[in-house]
Amino acid sequence: MNNFFQSTGLHALSLQGFGPLLLQGTWMTVKLALLSLALSLALGLLGASAKLSRLRVLRVPATLYTTLIRSVPDLVLILLIFYTLQLWLNDLTELLGWDYFEIDPFTAGVITLGFIYGAYFTENFRGAILSVPAGQLEAATAYGLNRIQRFRLVLFPQLMRFALPGLGNNWLVLLKSTALVSIIGLADLVKAAQNAGKTTNNTLYFLIIAGLVYLLITTLSNRLFKHLERRYNTGIKELAR
Amino acid sequence: MIELIQEYGPAYLYSDGAGLSGLAMTLWLFIVTMVVGFLLSLPLALARVSRTLWLRWPVEVYTFVFRGTPLYIQLLICYTGLYGLEVVRDNAMLDQFFRNALNCTLLAFVLNTCAYTVEIFAGAIRNIPHGEIEAAQAYGLHGWRLNLFVILPAALRRSLPAYSNELILMLHATSLAFTATIADILKVARDANAATFLTFQAFGIAALLYMLLSFALVGGFRLAERRWMRFLVPARG
Amino acid sequence: MTITATALSTAATPAHRPSPRIAAVAQDATVKLSIQDLHKSYGEHQVLKGVSLNARKGDVISLIGASGSGKSTMLRCINFLEQPDAGVITLDDQRIEMRPGRAGTRAPHPAQLQDLRTRLAMVFQHFNLWSHMTVLENICLAPRRVLGVSAEEAQARARKYLDKVGLPARAADQYPAFLSGGQQQRVAIARALAMEPEIILFDEPTSALDPELVGEVLKVIQTLAEEGRTMLMVTHEMGFARQVSSQVLFLHQGRVEEQGSAEILDQPQSERLQQFLSNRLK
Repeated sequence: MNNFFQSTGLHALSLQGFGPLLLQGTWMTVKLALLSLALSLALGLLGASAKLSRLRVLRVPATLYTTLIRSVPDLVLILLIFYTLQLWLNDLTELLGWDYFEIDPFTAGVITLGFIYGAYFTENFRGAILSVPAGQLEAATAYGLNRIQRFRLVLFPQLMRFALPGLGNNWLVLLKSTALVSIIGLADLVKAAQNAGKTTNNTLYFLIIAGLVYLLITTLSNRLFKHLERRYNTGIKELAR
Repeated sequence: MIELIQEYGPAYLYSDGAGLSGLAMTLWLFIVTMVVGFLLSLPLALARVSRTLWLRWPVEVYTFVFRGTPLYIQLLICYTGLYGLEVVRDNAMLDQFFRNALNCTLLAFVLNTCAYTVEIFAGAIRNIPHGEIEAAQAYGLHGWRLNLFVILPAALRRSLPAYSNELILMLHATSLAFTATIADILKVARDANAATFLTFQAFGIAALLYMLLSFALVGGFRLAERRWMRFLVPARG
Repeated sequence: MTITATALSTAATPAHRPSPRIAAVAQDATVKLSIQDLHKSYGEHQVLKGVSLNARKGDVISLIGASGSGKSTMLRCINFLEQPDAGVITLDDQRIEMRPGRAGTRAPHPAQLQDLRTRLAMVFQHFNLWSHMTVLENICLAPRRVLGVSAEEAQARARKYLDKVGLPARAADQYPAFLSGGQQQRVAIARALAMEPEIILFDEPTSALDPELVGEVLKVIQTLAEEGRTMLMVTHEMGFARQVSSQVLFLHQGRVEEQGSAEILDQPQSERLQQFLSNRLK
């Protein structure tokens, strides 16, 4: 690949040998995004059911969680959690007499982003659950379905229909936030691009390439979500446009 | 903790001795970005919904690119990337502009928020009931009058919830300025941390300040919605 | 015991001709469902102030009354969609044991509750068909997931009852949103029948339907009454109630103001019932 570019004199347009590095960075970014997504979806479902619970002891912490997390910037939370988590872990391991345990940026990133976006997804799921017509669940209750069956067979399929647009949006925000984890040292796509740029003195070029990769991922995500929305909307009559 | 506040209190809030810093700087960044972004977005939103292809298409590409890539990359491009270009360094005006970290940061922020705002306003314009526009045209309002007196007011009011959300996200995004060495809240926090090693307190205070700003903003929007969106609430009989 | 045809009285709606009451229930038929002295309050507001009824096997009981009289609440207490504050419910001589639940209400044991709900099937005013499932899936869901009926058996039941309610076989793969209101309600009735319940509860089954669709649903309910099914029905259709009911209960402000055979609709004894019926004709 490199030879092709060199022989045709288009050397400047190629990745100049940084292909593998950029690919590694991309993979790191994708891994981070997907794992954080999984964690935040789980936290979102838990948070939403806590926020809608009858018990104050569940509702109040959940409300505090969503309100506080959503009022602080991602970057501040990333730095706050990354540095203090390490310090608390040091104190804890010292207390218990264990060996010094270092959290790597990747784990810290997953925990932080998962925790932050868990709050946003909580709001998505909460709004979606409230949008499911009460009669649907009432009929399920009247016909004897137990709570697990009610959730799995009736509530979940219907709440996904309402939740998907918000989930899709927040996924894109989460994806773009992964770029911030490079600030705490994670070797992701942005860091790879910066390194490549510094070495070749051509930062702009590699940053643009990084941008294009993100653009590609966001476009694919949009396609996927459109498909999911169509699937969860079967049986619903669309308003004539 | 007390020393931290005494030592860095002023820096967190308004000045670190070398200029604007902390809360004041963050607010400055936010307000400039907000105002310039808003003013730019109005004509661009109209272009975005235009039926003329050469008006609509460039704006579409612009919003696609700026909403599909992270703000951090956009900031890096403006701050480190563009300055590396020869064409920038050779031109005296551009060189002067990009030397200043604040300019680069504001450029990136404005372009980013404008892209999101354009999409929000464009969506709101498309959602105006067609009958209202027809009535305006029937009464002789065309061209810029139609846009200024009918379309934009209707769209702006309807987009208040989505736009207020975008503004809060923009406020949060200003925290990225510290990577461009701008002395905003987060930079003061990091400096305080580096000096005192009271990590939780240093960043905690930063988080608190952002929280206060967010709540103030949200409160402001609730008032705005109550005043300007009352026409959309159905009268309770 | 049969009841002879009653003469057309001025209280009857013109569309319904008088006919021999359909479900003939033996005087000594066993009491299937017994409700005694049910009370229910929402905060300060007391909706049920001690209502009772006895449903014998084959009874078709109509609950009538003005809005807010408590008739729907009474029905919904039977399958515990609402928790009563006090009262005794007995099904087939088996008393439903209730334990104190939230806010002073009484709730049955979950196992007994599920058993109860499989023996009572409900048809709702707003159909409440599960919108993300096809007609077939709607009808098969509860038999398969609650009763443990096999897929083939459930589908066989579905086809049988779809036919019974007068819907073609190809309706099975439709989604509820694409059917008319009358069709949706008939699917809901088929869904109830597929559970092969001992008692069917109807909560204002035709109130949400356009007038021209009411008839098709009433026809199905009439067929079920003719078969001798035990049914409890909250309804505003007086003529229909007169036609099919073996018992009519008139509720007023949370109490049973008057009850008796369908004749009370022609010859109301209490003043309130008289007023209620005459208002209906205006």
